[in-house]
Amino acid sequence: MPSYVIPEKCDGCKALDKTACQHICPNDLMVLNKELMKAYNREPEMCWECYNCVKICPTQAIEVRGYADFVPMGASVTPMRSTEDIMWTIKFRNGQIKRFKFPIRKTPEGSAVPDGGWKTGIDDLASPNLFTEPESLGMSAVLQLKKK
Amino acid sequence: MADFQTVEVTTDLLILGGGMAACGAAVEASYWAKKNGLKVTLVDKAAMDRSGAVAMGLSAINQYVGLKDGENTLEDYVKYVRNDLMGITREDLVASIARHVDSTVHLFEKWGLPIWLDANGKYVHEGRWQLMINGESYKVIVAEAAKNALKELGGEIYERVFVVEPLMDGDRVAGAVGFSVRENKFYVFKAKAVLVAMGGAVHVFKPRSAGEGLGRAWYPPWNSGSSAYFTIRAGAEMTCQEVRFIPVRFKDAYGPVGAWFLLFKSRATNALGGNYMEERKDELQKWLPYGSVKPVPANLRNWLGMLDILEGKGPIYMRTEEAIQKLSEAVPDPKERKKKLRELESEAWEDFLDMTISQAILWAGTNVEPEVKPSEIAAAEPYFIGSHSGASGAWVSGMKDLAPPEYFWGYGHMATVKGMFCAGDASGASSHKFSSGSHAEGRIAAKEAIRFVVENKTQPNVDAAQVNALKERILRPLDLFQQFKGASSDPDINPNYMKPKMFMFRLQKIMDEYAGGVTAQFTTSKAMLERALELLGMLKEDAEKLAAEDLHELMRCWENIQRLWQAEAHARSILFREETRWPGYYFRSDCPKMDNQNWKVFVNCKWDPKADKWEMMKKPVISLIE
Ligand SMILES: Cc1cc2nc3c(=O)[nH]c(=O)nc-3n(C[C@H](O)[C@H](O)[C@H](O)COP(=O)(O)OP(=O)(O)OC[C@H]3O[C@@H](n4cnc5c(N)ncnc54)[C@H](O)[C@@H]3O)c2cc1C
Ligand code: SF4
Ligand code: SF4
Repeated sequence: MPSYVIPEKCDGCKALDKTACQHICPNDLMVLNKELMKAYNREPEMCWECYNCVKICPTQAIEVRGYADFVPMGASVTPMRSTEDIMWTIKFRNGQIKRFKFPIRKTPEGSAVPDGGWKTGIDDLASPNLFTEPESLGMSAVLQLKKK
Repeated sequence: MADFQTVEVTTDLLILGGGMAACGAAVEASYWAKKNGLKVTLVDKAAMDRSGAVAMGLSAINQYVGLKDGENTLEDYVKYVRNDLMGITREDLVASIARHVDSTVHLFEKWGLPIWLDANGKYVHEGRWQLMINGESYKVIVAEAAKNALKELGGEIYERVFVVEPLMDGDRVAGAVGFSVRENKFYVFKAKAVLVAMGGAVHVFKPRSAGEGLGRAWYPPWNSGSSAYFTIRAGAEMTCQEVRFIPVRFKDAYGPVGAWFLLFKSRATNALGGNYMEERKDELQKWLPYGSVKPVPANLRNWLGMLDILEGKGPIYMRTEEAIQKLSEAVPDPKERKKKLRELESEAWEDFLDMTISQAILWAGTNVEPEVKPSEIAAAEPYFIGSHSGASGAWVSGMKDLAPPEYFWGYGHMATVKGMFCAGDASGASSHKFSSGSHAEGRIAAKEAIRFVVENKTQPNVDAAQVNALKERILRPLDLFQQFKGASSDPDINPNYMKPKMFMFRLQKIMDEYAGGVTAQFTTSKAMLERALELLGMLKEDAEKLAAEDLHELMRCWENIQRLWQAEAHARSILFREETRWPGYYFRSDCPKMDNQNWKVFVNCKWDPKADKWEMMKKPVISLIE
């Protein structure tokens, strides 16, 4: 079943023109049943279990049930993603629970400056310097290959 | 014809794809486009935040050379790639990427990607070239910089538009066409230069899991060979189409093994406890000089494990329990040791949670605690990913200051089609660029593409008849469905048409059985390949009978036609190369040995759009360094 939607939790993203899960799925799998106002995975056997729909759903309505053709039943892996870190809860088939927390980024969301603050300005289309180079290399020039 | 609005977009540089290479291209192109008053447009079939192979995240940056601190030299990297590809690599292209990749990694860090640092503030290496990251949001961060750059420029981004075919003006590319997967719109992008970066291909071969787990290939199910199809159809010369990649990963869920082998120094052993890397050392002598290099090339490592399996010594296990025990024994103080164990456990799980969450589910579902018991590893199925350990892609020009004359035609990383640039999985013979090198190559190619536009200012001519014919052809599966749906009570089973899913299964069956897939133990031969091509020919005819009920299925139709073309280029190239050079990726049973005298060359191929004919050719491997 890969990703699946829990009907009681899904509110169809409150009838906005684009649901969050549909917006994000890289394989275009999540769709909204407009009559029921509930989302579903239309092609579960094409799901990569990338969890992007799970992470983005505002009501935590999406979960993943491991591929039944090789994963024994009973386990679950559940993320809680904030703007700085992600917390994972892993429940084993035998009931054991493990939790892990990892950072996801070091800057505020949306703040990535294209040149990263490195110096630009060697404005020569013909030189091998990319726009932030050589400074972003940490060297004085782009290297040449020492040919034989 | 289905009622679709035609939307025309005219731009200077058109970037196809929104993955690592395309994001690099967007960042770089925006800067140079602004300086030169040009427009940049990017098209992605998905949402850039989470599209491409890095959609889930990654746990490592696999290419960092460490030039500024003298950790390695440019030449070191070129040698490493050359050896890993059994001698067949474009050293100039590998050097072109390697001399810029560190600068890209330094940008990632500034944008906010958490790269692990040691007590001295130095990057933590997984292996010689790999850096450990907290990479859950890797793609989000890289896409953010690309989007910000395009926003600053006033560039355009089209998401959920599926690109199919090139537009041509004689021998120059003039743009691309595709369709929205959200509304009935047919897109015509007219451009002075096009940068192709739509990733590699999966599901050309039958995956090991064919039920619910069909989508759990190592390579993401949404990259369908769009780059290869686009470049082939434009008449571009292609290279290394025979060089597929088969990763050995944790079995079934395909969790990464890099951290286990490199960071945790784990061993893999067969069911009898034997280590095939030790026990089969002699086999490596058959593949000299590459058999004797360190690290042993990826395909040869695969090969030794496969020989164990063939002899009935499987399963093969990653000895996680042994590795963790060794690492913790190295810490004598019991309190410190406990802490170390907790750290290792967290690192091991993060490795999966950042990039292959399925593997965490599989471990939890089978009650695996890596410190207690080992886990099975196995060879996956073949994929086309020229940026990783494969090499397939378009044959592109080198940079003026790096390439020998045979490899140079005016603009770096430009295909043999004028104005068509390629990066990441789209460009061939420059493997081991991975996420960071693909981004760097996107930047290099984008800068060269802008230079091309500045020096070739005229907008290529787009013939209206060409556009109409393409529109008719691309939307035909929708028409076919409407025309014939009444002939059966089941929309999927109809004597007049075929749905894309079964088309894909037929392709996979042919490739699997005749072209060296999993069931054929990755083995094939001349006769088998000729049979494959015969069956692929009929499949190609049946591509005209693909039907789609909706936009989503229309995308599936075209994805599978793209896969078919990738398959054909692959089968033709393996057939042409009469030797076995990459055992572990594939084995030609009728030419079981490496033949350096005749085959230390690139195998290139080209489809002629006018004559509808393939041409196969050898191109010299020119070695630049000792
Ligand atoms: C499982 C896995 C693990 C990996 N691990 C690592 C690692 O640890 N470290 C590392 O450095 N590298 C790793 N890599 C390699 C890395 O992901 C690739 O090298 C890199 O993503 C290649 O970049 P690309 O831009 O060519 O392709 P991608 O990043 O895959 O981007 C392709 C883009 O094209 C778009 N697209 C595809 N078809 C179309 C179409 N028809 N129309 C419009 N858009 C289209 C996609 O939506 C996507 O935006 C891994 C790869 C995989 C698959
Ligand atoms: S994102 Fe969540 S709430 Fe919104 S439609 Fe999808 S499942 Fe429902
Ligand atoms: S897990 Fe990934 S591939 Fe599967 S439905 Fe969700 S977003 Fe799509």
